[in-house]
Amino acid sequence: MIHQTAHRQKQALRYTLVYAVLIVLAAAFLFPIIWSTLNSFKPPSEAMAVPPTYLPTTFSLDNYIKLTTYGRGGIFRHVFNSAFVSVLTVLGTIVLSTLGGYGFARFSFPGKGVLFIMVLSTLMIPFQSILIPLFVMLAAVDLHNNLFGLVLVYITFQLPFGIFLMRTTFMTIPREIEESALLDGCTSLSVLYRMLLRLVMPGIVTVAIYAFINSWNEFIAALIFMTDQSNFTLPIFLTTVRSGQYGQVDWGALQAGVVISIIPSLVIFLVLQRYYMSGLMGGAVKS
Amino acid sequence: MASSALIPAPLANTKVILSWERKRALTGFLFVLPTVIFVGIFFIIPLLMTIFMSFHDWPLFGERAFIGLKNYIDLLGDKQFLNSLGFTFRYTVIITPLIFLTAFVLASLVQQKIPAIGIFRTIFFLPVVIGLGISSLIWVWLLHDQVGIINKILLDLHIIPKAQLWLANPPSAMNVIVLSVIWKTVGLTMVLLLAGMQSIPDELYEAAEVDGANYWQKLRFITLPLLRRTIALALVLSVIGSLLSFDQFFIITSGGPRNSTLSIVYWIFNNSFTYFKMGYGAAMSIVLLVILVILSGLQLYLLRDSSDM
Repeated sequence: MIHQTAHRQKQALRYTLVYAVLIVLAAAFLFPIIWSTLNSFKPPSEAMAVPPTYLPTTFSLDNYIKLTTYGRGGIFRHVFNSAFVSVLTVLGTIVLSTLGGYGFARFSFPGKGVLFIMVLSTLMIPFQSILIPLFVMLAAVDLHNNLFGLVLVYITFQLPFGIFLMRTTFMTIPREIEESALLDGCTSLSVLYRMLLRLVMPGIVTVAIYAFINSWNEFIAALIFMTDQSNFTLPIFLTTVRSGQYGQVDWGALQAGVVISIIPSLVIFLVLQRYYMSGLMGGAVKS
Repeated sequence: MASSALIPAPLANTKVILSWERKRALTGFLFVLPTVIFVGIFFIIPLLMTIFMSFHDWPLFGERAFIGLKNYIDLLGDKQFLNSLGFTFRYTVIITPLIFLTAFVLASLVQQKIPAIGIFRTIFFLPVVIGLGISSLIWVWLLHDQVGIINKILLDLHIIPKAQLWLANPPSAMNVIVLSVIWKTVGLTMVLLLAGMQSIPDELYEAAEVDGANYWQKLRFITLPLLRRTIALALVLSVIGSLLSFDQFFIITSGGPRNSTLSIVYWIFNNSFTYFKMGYGAAMSIVLLVILVILSGLQLYLLRDSSDM
């Protein structure tokens, strides 16, 4: 009896310790996001106060309102640019990955192995090392400084992962499901659209999440290709706010911009966490 | 007996099957074609062009000229290139073990089967989905000597006597950037290690406990050996990410103070898109690419499964 109580006490102490450590760590991890958010709701003068205040003394949306006057067209223009680029990248990536994944998983044709290796090998090569010729090529056809040009590049960066994941997803689906339909004379495309699409939807969602978050957050390619301010995506626009291009650095407006740009990724991740993690594991298994 | 009557049938069938297979092959090829075109145009061609450009004097405007190996020879005499290479390696060597150790501790904590642990996993992972550019914009403010909250907290706790200019001298600039990047990326490594840890059967630990093994012995003889592949993957990802760093230095320190945090990608960026020496930038890109391919190969080799040895 005494033994058991001692054991239980030890266990309780251990739990308390573990949770204490976890809570301290969680606070440390949340601290930058929380403080950035709090700062964005301070009145602009307080957001730039030296020394800073911990909590907003009054709640204000002025930093957000000020952002609408920055640059050309204000924050809306840049939110639109980012959304345009990300949404088109997602659409392009899921269409190409689904078709390509199906092709690589289910069909045999000469050169398939070589083409598959060609697509996947680009995973090993950092895209940072090909940005110079990409810029030259896009400039030659007037697609640099063009959001659509950026979309084409982003789709390409997302494709190796998309193809890999969709091919694996198609391979987990039993062939019998489509065979009878094919024997009945349905075309491969209609089988894909009518029967398989539903079954590979988890894979498509995963590819879409990665394409969105990666293109929404991408920095260096957008920085290089978008030379005109009206084409800046959100992260590039915010660095111009940070560098005080519009006079004194407006820290309140900057944090408001940070909050706006964090929200879509966080919401998508929190809602679709399961799909995000399965993509991470899918990527890990292959290596 | 009626075989002669049946002969044409299989023949006809073979023909049908052949043409059906040919059609199917064509269909399959058409399905992968768009992907192949995209990767070909926007990846393979630029890759070959990087090599081609690296042998040229290639300004943004005006005449380009073939100059053979001159860009590569110039690299050897480019002090800033060597400094940037050195800085990037130093940064990688410092941050990789720190990310790994922090991730290992976090993974060990969140792998416990206790109530509400999922919430903590999510919290530690959250910064991963925030862009590095955006996270750098948060940190540049947190670390600011006048408006930054970190100075304020440390001052109020009397840990520092006066506000620190964290970004003004090279060692502390490096330290605070490392801190910010650990915050942003450690969740990814944590999740990889967590998945590895969860795939180790509980029976192994139970058996070891029966034999009286302590925590460190279990770590040394069960966890680490079985996590080999996961650890290799996590290290490779972290080394590659660090060698390619740009956003944090561009945003937090602008490469300063005195070019001390000018990473290799940053120096390539400056040469190619500020000075418009694109051929020279291409030569540096090739050097970076070769280093990365060698390193990932080497790391995977060093940490290969002991069963292959």
